[in-house]
Amino acid sequence: MFKARKLEVMKRIGFRVAILAIFASTVPSWAGGVDGAGVRNCTWCHGASGQGYMVAPRLAGQRPQYIESQLRSFRTHTRDNPFSKQYMWGAVAALGPNAAHDLAIYFATIAPKAANDGDSDLATRGRAIYLEGIPEANIAACYACHGPDAEGVRDIPRLGGLAYFYLKGRLEQWGQGYHSAAGSPMPMVASHLGPDEIEALASYLSFVR
Amino acid sequence: MKLIGLRLKVRATMLAVLFSASVHAEDRGMPAGQGLEAKLEYCKTCHGLQGQGYLGYFPMPRLAGQQPDYIEAQLRAFIERRRTNPIMFNVAHVLSPAMLADLATHFRNLDPKPFGGAPRGALAEGKRIFEEGLPEANVPACSACHGMEGKGQHEIPRLAGQLYAYTVGQLTGWKKERGQGSAVDTSAIMAPTAHNLTRSQVEAVAAYVSYLQ
Repeated sequence: MFKARKLEVMKRIGFRVAILAIFASTVPSWAGGVDGAGVRNCTWCHGASGQGYMVAPRLAGQRPQYIESQLRSFRTHTRDNPFSKQYMWGAVAALGPNAAHDLAIYFATIAPKAANDGDSDLATRGRAIYLEGIPEANIAACYACHGPDAEGVRDIPRLGGLAYFYLKGRLEQWGQGYHSAAGSPMPMVASHLGPDEIEALASYLSFVR
Repeated sequence: MKLIGLRLKVRATMLAVLFSASVHAEDRGMPAGQGLEAKLEYCKTCHGLQGQGYLGYFPMPRLAGQQPDYIEAQLRAFIERRRTNPIMFNVAHVLSPAMLADLATHFRNLDPKPFGGAPRGALAEGKRIFEEGLPEANVPACSACHGMEGKGQHEIPRLAGQLYAYTVGQLTGWKKERGQGSAVDTSAIMAPTAHNLTRSQVEAVAAYVSYLQ
């Protein structure tokens, strides 16, 4: 049942990606500033109010320092997972630090909604891992860095309410050798997570508001 | 061809060494994930790759260069809930007594640069409190116990290079976190001193020690 749903969603993602690819190749070069054109370059993919859309994560309510650090990482090609490479490297190529700062503030001030798209049966286990870790398996508690309500702090991202597929993908990518920012402890943290733990965490976090 | 053969041999040798190491771990009756190296890596996921500390949602203290007796005493305090910290209780209560001692000793010889980032406006005041205390407020010189360089001794912790946010948090919340329950605990020694320091004095001395190498 769950597998069938997964397949269906994967198909839909494939379709969206094709559309996104068309957008990505046609977006005009960066205009700068938080004017209509600037924000629109983001909302093409991240949704009209920055709430995220398919593979493009929610920006609404994200920590502004995190958004800025990731925009820098896209520019320096430090954040190197396939979607980042395909869309974000080009999208930020002409984005200066001032415009990045303004956009980060703009999206951070929009109230986030929760995606609520995880498997609710796994949420209890995900919550336990989030708050307590699994000390016997050397899995650290996410809560120590991301906060009690997964709200993030400074350049440590909000995780609460992000989409299940985005969270799952990111957690898997740390173990696959992709990077996000220099000095991030996440590759070490996530390398101990197995597929079941990743699904539980991604499910739980998708419901956190 | 020869080169590939050699590479294969090297790989095989490495695998053999790894395999025998893991067999040894099992010989000693250790469950998976409880070997010393794996556990040290686990400590460092939060406390920094060199034990220099890390600033998450909560500050994770520097362990590098810390007194082994102090680390061991604190791990026991977490386990016995004399020191309340939900994260560290979970981490520590699965550790065997032998593992506590081994972990505590490991950090002794690490010596990364201080984490940094503390405000620099009151360093002179911090140095004065650290070296001379505040006689009018019944605050003894920190250096009397922690040493002029803040390196600590035995159960008295090293303060040098400690994260500013961590030291501020500990000194302002001393009795809420430490010395819980009825058992007598060495943490009682610091309680009056922590109580007698004002917030700005705490910040000054925490900033000063954070930059000590």
